[in-house]
Amino acid sequence: MINFSNVSKRYPNSYDALKNITFTIETGEMVFITGHSGAGKSTLLKLIAAIERPTSGSIIVNGQNVAVLKGAAISILRRNLGLVFQDQKILFDRSVFDNVLLPLQISGFDPKTATGRVRAALDKVGLLDKEKARPITLSGGEQQRLCIARAVVNRPSILIADEPTGNLDTDYARDIMDMFRLFHQVGVTVLIATHDAELLGGAQQRILALDHGKLAT
Amino acid sequence: MSAWFSHHSYALALALKRLLRTPFSSLLSIAVMGIALSLPAGGYMLLGNLQTFSGHISGAPQLSLFLALDASRDEAAQIGARLKQHPQVASFQFVPKDSALQQLKQGNGLADVVDSLAQNPLPDAFVINAKSAVPEVLESLRAEMQKWPKAEHVQLDSAWARRLDALLSLGRVAVLMLAALLSLTLVAVTFNTIRLQILTRRDEIEVSKLIGATNGFIRRPFLYFGAIQGMAGGTAAWLIIALGIHLINGTLADLALLYAFDFRLHHLSPEDSMSLLLFSTWLGWLGAWLSVASHLWQIEPK
Repeated sequence: MINFSNVSKRYPNSYDALKNITFTIETGEMVFITGHSGAGKSTLLKLIAAIERPTSGSIIVNGQNVAVLKGAAISILRRNLGLVFQDQKILFDRSVFDNVLLPLQISGFDPKTATGRVRAALDKVGLLDKEKARPITLSGGEQQRLCIARAVVNRPSILIADEPTGNLDTDYARDIMDMFRLFHQVGVTVLIATHDAELLGGAQQRILALDHGKLAT
Repeated sequence: MSAWFSHHSYALALALKRLLRTPFSSLLSIAVMGIALSLPAGGYMLLGNLQTFSGHISGAPQLSLFLALDASRDEAAQIGARLKQHPQVASFQFVPKDSALQQLKQGNGLADVVDSLAQNPLPDAFVINAKSAVPEVLESLRAEMQKWPKAEHVQLDSAWARRLDALLSLGRVAVLMLAALLSLTLVAVTFNTIRLQILTRRDEIEVSKLIGATNGFIRRPFLYFGAIQGMAGGTAAWLIIALGIHLINGTLADLALLYAFDFRLHHLSPEDSMSLLLFSTWLGWLGAWLSVASHLWQIEPK
C-alpha cells in the first residue's frame, strides 16, 4: 500500500517537480504513471524509495512514513522494494549471475539459498542460460530483463520501474510489459513510469497522469 | 546470527578477493608497511637485547676499593672493620695484592708479562656489595669511602652499566617517536589504498545503497581489507626482523668467539610479536575506517 498526501517536491534553486500530489495505491494494484519528460514521474518514484525527500507532505509505504526515515530504516525499506532504474545501473565488472546475487548478499542470505533464488529469478526473465555472461555482451532487451531479475530476486511486495522500455523497440517493450503483468498477477504491487502511451494498449489499467508536477484527473 | 555470519564472511571473502586481484600493488603496500614497522620494532628488539645484556652484568651493585700501595696489613684490617660495621654494606671480600696478581697471571696470556715484573704493581683491594642499588646512595657511599685513610681509589663498577641504562631509556624514547611517526605512515598508506578502491567502486557502492545496503554493509569489506593488509604488513615486519637477526647472529658468533662471551640477539617475545601483529592490524583497520568515513558520504545515489 502506497499513500501520498499533499506531497510537494522542490529541488534546491529550481522548479517545483511535484505540486501537492495526493493518491493511494492499494496492495496488488498495477499502476502506470504517465506524462511528458520532466513531468515529475522519476521524482515521484524516487520519493517512494527515499532516494529523494519531499519538501512537504507525507508518503506512507507499507505503513511507514518514508519522508522521515533515516539511516538503516531506509536500507530496510529499499530491500522490500524491487527497483528497476531508468539508467539500469548494471555492474559491468561482474557476471549476470553476480549482478542478480547482489541484493541477496545485502540481505545476508547464505550462499546456497541465494544461488537457488538467483537461478529462479533468472529463469523467470529467461536469462538462465546467460548466467555466466558479462552484461556487456547482452542485447538491450536482455539487459533490461537482467534489471528486472535483480529487482525481483528479493521477492519484494512492491515493484517499481522507471521507463523500463525506454530505448527498446516495440517487440522487446511488449515482452517486458508482459513480464510486469505476470508479477502483478501473482500479487505484486507494480508501479511503472512511462511516456510510451502505446504500451498501455487496450488493457484496462489504472493511470496516474502527471502534467508539470500536477496530477491530472 | 545467520545473516550476521553471511555478511561477515561475504565481507572477508570480498576483501581477500580484492587483495589478490591486484597482487603486485598489494605486495608493494605490504612491503612498505613491513619496512616502516620493522624499523621501530627492530629498534625495540635491539633495546630489549641490550637491556638483558646490561642487566646480566650490573645485576649486583658493586664497588671496588683500592688501597694505597704502601698500605700495611693493619691498615687494611682497619678498613675491613669499618666495612663490617657500615650499615650500607651487604658483604665484602678482601683481595690481597698477591692473589690479585695470581688472578691476572691465570688470565688471558698475560703470564709472561706478569713473570717479567720485578715487583707486584697491584694494590690490596676490597670488593664490596652494597645493600642498595639506588645510584645516588652508591655514589655517596663511594664518596664517603674515598675519604677513608689509605683508600687510594674507589670505583663504582656498575657506573658504565648505569650509563648504558640511561642510553637505553634515551633509545626507548627514540623508538617510540619513530613508532609514532611510522604508524602514521601506515595509516596514510591504508587511507590512500582504500580511497582509490572507493573511487573505482563508485558504481557498485551507489547501486548497493539503492537496493538497500546499509553503510555498515558497504564499509565492512574495506575495513577487512585494511585490517588484513595491516596484519600482513606486521607479519612482513616480523620476518624482516627475523632475517636481520639471522644475518647479525652469524657475524656476532665470530665476534663472541674472539671476545670469549656469549651474546646472541633474540627475536621479540611471543607476547611482543602478538602485540606487533595486533597493532599493525589495528592501524590498517584505522586507516581504512578513516578513509571510508571521509569518502563514503560523498557517494549518495541520485
